[in-house]
Amino acid sequence: MYAALWRVLPGPWWVRVLILLVLVAAVLYGLLFYVFPWVSQFVNPQDVTVGLPVAPTGAPVS
Amino acid sequence: MDEAVSGLGRAARREQNPPRRTSVVGVIGEVLITAGVIVLLYVVWQLWVGDLIYGAERNAEGTQLSQEWAEQYEGEDPVVAAPEPDPSAPATPVTVPPPVLPEAGDGETFAVMRIPRFGSDYIVPMAGGVTRSRTLDPIGIGHYPGTKMPGEAGNFAVAAHRTTWGKPFNRIADLHVGDAIVVETQDGWYTYRFRTLQYVRPNEVDVLLPVPQAMDVPAGTAYITMTSCSPMYAMTERIVAYGVFESFTPRTAGEPASLQAVA
Repeated sequence: MYAALWRVLPGPWWVRVLILLVLVAAVLYGLLFYVFPWVSQFVNPQDVTVGLPVAPTGAPVS
Repeated sequence: MDEAVSGLGRAARREQNPPRRTSVVGVIGEVLITAGVIVLLYVVWQLWVGDLIYGAERNAEGTQLSQEWAEQYEGEDPVVAAPEPDPSAPATPVTVPPPVLPEAGDGETFAVMRIPRFGSDYIVPMAGGVTRSRTLDPIGIGHYPGTKMPGEAGNFAVAAHRTTWGKPFNRIADLHVGDAIVVETQDGWYTYRFRTLQYVRPNEVDVLLPVPQAMDVPAGTAYITMTSCSPMYAMTERIVAYGVFESFTPRTAGEPASLQAVA
């Protein structure tokens, strides 16, 4: 997979490294600011409120 | 001589070989390794990087709100503002009866919280509602619907994360008795003084009563109740911090002394 990616990239080796660095940065940005915050609401149950299963507003306390 | 020739021949053959085909097993392996790295990255984000990002965001938003309110006040007609305090008079803290705000809607930011014990740059926005999706995750501190608003006799109850999402109440257990908990709104500063900590089970809603944990007792004083998770990274208990209302300082009087840094 990564070998194929390396072969697909154009230019001499240092241009490919630069392109890869930019790609990695873009992927990291997407993960940190969009994917991880979205995932966090499912995998990280954290309750900070006291309450019965139903809050006074009728909304579930999560 | 022969060896050199054969060596050259091997090199030439290697160059002529077509690039290796991508194998299915190889791709699966690389996908699995990538997935593992992403999971590790998630942990790093959850425990450190995310808090840095969100913590800075919260403080920036809170600071911006505070500045907007200050500018709004300065932009007001000076005739409407209170008379200049007599400079020769001894400096006494200006306090007035606290104005009571209408209860904020779900996810509607109405104040910022400032706690000098948590640092001079600690300014976290506060909004109505205590749902994670609408208030606690995106905004910071949430106000329990149905509890009192700042300065009102009774219990002003709020909740926030102690870990992750910028962890506004991360250092809640570091509060000292008498520490200022300041709620800044458009009108001014409500100063509460921290009194005590308590650990309760998640279903103990009587910490939200007008007089915390006292059933059917009319409240003559204004209290603040801050709840968060305990132990950190878990949800088996809640940590609760109580404070007592001290005074309200209107914008005309400038920032109250309670906002000064603590040692």
